[in-house]
Amino acid sequence: MADATGVLVIGQSSAGALDSTAAELLAAGRGVAASLGEDLSIALLGDAVDAPAQQAIAHGADRVYAVTSPLLSEYQADLYLAAMDSLCREVNPRVVLISRTNEGRELAPRLAFRLGVGLAQDCLEVSVDESSKTLLANRPVYGGNAIAVVSCEHTPQIAAIRPKAYEATELDSSRQGQVVSFPVDLDASQARVRVVETVREESEGVKLEEARVVVSGGRGLGGPEPFAGLEDLAKILGGAVGASRAAVDSGWVPPSYQVGLTGKSITPDLYITVAISGASQHMAGCSGAKCIVAINKDADANIFKDARYGVVGDWETVIPALTEAVRELMDS
Amino acid sequence: MPLKIAVLAKQVLDPEMPMAAFRIDSDAKRVVPPANIPPVVNGFDENAVEAALQIKDAKDATVTVISTGSSFALDVMKKPLSMGADELVLLQDDDFDNTIDSFQTAQLLAAAIRKLEGFDLIICGRQASDWDNAQVPLGVAEILGVSCVSLGKKVDVVDGKAIVERIVPDGYQVVEASLPALVTVSNELGQPRYPTLRGIMAATRKRPTVWSKGDLDLDDSQSEARVTLRQLFIPVSDQECEFVEGEDAADAGRQLALKLREAKII
Repeated sequence: MADATGVLVIGQSSAGALDSTAAELLAAGRGVAASLGEDLSIALLGDAVDAPAQQAIAHGADRVYAVTSPLLSEYQADLYLAAMDSLCREVNPRVVLISRTNEGRELAPRLAFRLGVGLAQDCLEVSVDESSKTLLANRPVYGGNAIAVVSCEHTPQIAAIRPKAYEATELDSSRQGQVVSFPVDLDASQARVRVVETVREESEGVKLEEARVVVSGGRGLGGPEPFAGLEDLAKILGGAVGASRAAVDSGWVPPSYQVGLTGKSITPDLYITVAISGASQHMAGCSGAKCIVAINKDADANIFKDARYGVVGDWETVIPALTEAVRELMDS
Repeated sequence: MPLKIAVLAKQVLDPEMPMAAFRIDSDAKRVVPPANIPPVVNGFDENAVEAALQIKDAKDATVTVISTGSSFALDVMKKPLSMGADELVLLQDDDFDNTIDSFQTAQLLAAAIRKLEGFDLIICGRQASDWDNAQVPLGVAEILGVSCVSLGKKVDVVDGKAIVERIVPDGYQVVEASLPALVTVSNELGQPRYPTLRGIMAATRKRPTVWSKGDLDLDDSQSEARVTLRQLFIPVSDQECEFVEGEDAADAGRQLALKLREAKII
């Protein structure tokens, strides 16, 4: 087999459009490919991927592998994995980048094990040691209390990148790239897991991951009722409501509200935390927020270490006053 | 035949310990375990024990807990037994580093599962709170070639299939998987049960099976690490918090709104 070369990004697309996470991966991949002096390719899996393929080229891909099969029309881990496995064996890339989305969380480790190689999990940043062409990955460990720099010893070197750790580059529709058709022969019996039912629990209004303003509540709220007050504030600001794991575990709001290491990663312009202590596991989900505002009655709470503005006080008094003042300002 | 369930569990530093006690030996690239704070069973793995015991509550089933590491606090690792698990298997060897490289750890656990002649269902926590790798369970499924479902919040076995409610970003899916299957679970599964006095007494009498490297059938290529740790450090935050004050808490809330408007954030 020829020597491994190039960077292969595994991109997700839905409803004929490239996912933002795929564009982020291309931004990360461009830097890695430039350091290696090698090409950047993207694999797009589906039944037809023509439209996202062009978007991927505009976002920086030199080459698109259109990995197609009628069985790839919807995400199914076993089938996606079989397709990725055969592509990696065929293309023999030096580096593979996957986004640690809900799907990436299961695909990346399984692909690494299937190929018998290592995976740098949940990375915030990847770079290249140019002399050895080794991928160096920075990843939070111990719930974000420490950062590990890791490398993988076998090829392909696989890294799963945390969503929103990289910003997508601007679309450049004049860019040229090649689309390589890679039809895969899959068998429906390879799918060992079948979806019987899908239940949506999303709150109405702005999506948490896309909101420019997020107001989150934590353990200190003491129950589900105060979330109504946070909803009011979020609504005035055109934002969404989130929660800490403690609030979710207490059953006050559904799991889809959870911000943090094991919940959602958010990057709003304004993040208002209410009665959240600010454990590193929570901060792992909001470290990309441009401005964090903390309201907590404990002046020593960890949250103030990461906050731009803080109010030490009881949320029961602060929130109604803040909401009223914000309402007046937004109306004026 | 009773349903054979395995739970994979890890001993970790207590993630609830005060941050002041969190120290790193950067030369050795290790976290220094604090002297006075005992380790715990990884929280998500306790969720996995709970998931297994819920099945055992309703059906004829046995629950075997398997763990790997270089050393164990036996009273800590016996907690799943006191919650109601039947057996504890410890894979203990100075070589079982169990930190950044998930490859070796998964190989060890898979070898132990084979030695125990396989299971109908293997339940694991979604990730360990120390290295947050979230790889070992999925790796075990790959090595053993069994069905794999991740991020479950409810697990059951009906008519020879695993039925799992798995978390997706905007809700959950109900999926079915052929057995044998491996399922990872998350905190959404709910609070693990507390050990009962009877459980604690029973656990005291039980002795774990302890296997070292020589007891497991592994070849050299499987013992080779795939991931190298090059550096470990504690990140520093350069954020300065501006505390907004007022005549009272309500006024501070109003001042905060004005401050955000002044900074053109709202």
